[in-house]
Amino acid sequence: MSPALSVVLCIVLLVILMIVGGLLTWVERRLLGLWQDRYGPNRAGPFGVFQIFADILKLLTKEDWIPEFADKPVFVLAPAIMLVAVVAPFAVIVFAPGILITDLNIGLLFFLAMSSMTVYGVALAGWASNNKYALIGGIRAVAQMISYEVFMGLSLMGVVIIAGTFSLGEIVERQQSVWYFAYQPVGLIIFLIAGLAETRRLPFDLPEADSEIVAGFHTEYSGMKFAVFFLSEYVGMTLISALIVVLFFGGWMGPFLPPILWFVVKTAVLIAFFILVRAALPRYRYDQLMELGWKGLLPLTLLNLLATGAVVLAIGK
Amino acid sequence: MERVTAYLVPVWAIGIFFVFILIVVAIFLVVPPLLGERHRERATDLAYESGIVSTGTARLRVDVQFYLVGVIFLIFDIETAFVLAWAVAFKRLGWAGFIEIFIFIGMLALVLVYLSRSGALDWRRKSPAGRRAP
Repeated sequence: MSPALSVVLCIVLLVILMIVGGLLTWVERRLLGLWQDRYGPNRAGPFGVFQIFADILKLLTKEDWIPEFADKPVFVLAPAIMLVAVVAPFAVIVFAPGILITDLNIGLLFFLAMSSMTVYGVALAGWASNNKYALIGGIRAVAQMISYEVFMGLSLMGVVIIAGTFSLGEIVERQQSVWYFAYQPVGLIIFLIAGLAETRRLPFDLPEADSEIVAGFHTEYSGMKFAVFFLSEYVGMTLISALIVVLFFGGWMGPFLPPILWFVVKTAVLIAFFILVRAALPRYRYDQLMELGWKGLLPLTLLNLLATGAVVLAIGK
Repeated sequence: MERVTAYLVPVWAIGIFFVFILIVVAIFLVVPPLLGERHRERATDLAYESGIVSTGTARLRVDVQFYLVGVIFLIFDIETAFVLAWAVAFKRLGWAGFIEIFIFIGMLALVLVYLSRSGALDWRRKSPAGRRAP
């Protein structure tokens, strides 16, 4: 691949991610409306799709306020860390043959390393805001995210055992006959749950539980910095969906349609599933969340790992 | 197995990607403050606490349980590092490697049982002192 093409792909991917992030704010509200028997934003443009531009314009003209009482450099740095940490892992995702930034042989580790950086963004935002709601939200988020991070990585090791590699491109190619969700259903479910917790979406949105602590760690944020937090939530959701597609649903594989289209369709279905989860489930209580993680999912992950290892060895693949 | 699609992609592309991400983030953080309105009123510099005037500092002490979770996380995340190394070399290690990791994970499972029995993972306190804050 020529250097110029690489640069072009980088720019195109970033632009698409920003558009998808913006589009999802509208898609989510429309889909939630659909599932809750109401309309959602439907005024601006066809089906309300121009709502995105209205929102962006509004956020741009709002005061980008940095509180006097806040820890200013950290307050500005926190959303930046968030966005970098959720966008960077897309560098190793293989969208289709030839459509990728790079295919590291440690791609999966790179994803895990970068996506756990979001903890810093949330923690620093909560701390730097110097606001009680923000502090509670931040500290909740840290405990929740590190708890679920432990088995987020471990739940994917079943796939690594079967595929024998960390390279995402190679993992997809190994799924030509059977997609890995058939071999690793438990791993898939655990990763889905951990992904929900890591992106702090319902039913695990305790760090920003609106009805308890206003907006949690981003209570004091306004204007574009607030938007950056939202953008990173939606890009994070896209990232988890894309990774599930790559690891469990055969990536770009599929009949008839061009590979990239298959990838987009599969990812879109998973994103819709994430939104459906939000529409369907109530929020967990904090002690339930921690107990589910440590006492339920962590032992289950370890068990799944050992069972996978034993079966693969016994079959002697 | 031969790779179906041999990618001749350079690893430095990841650096280019990072540079572009940083540019985008810089635009997001630098340009909008110049566009937005600016105002100062009586309550502009008060922390938001649902309309109630804020008292005291927000640098509160948090429950020790959160520290405990941090420490437990460290133990299990280092475990993860070992398991990652085993998983990728799985086929070469064979049954010997499996038995070793079985003992290793078994010991950590014992740790988990101990933590659970000693109440380190309990977030509901039954003491009459009442509920914890966060």
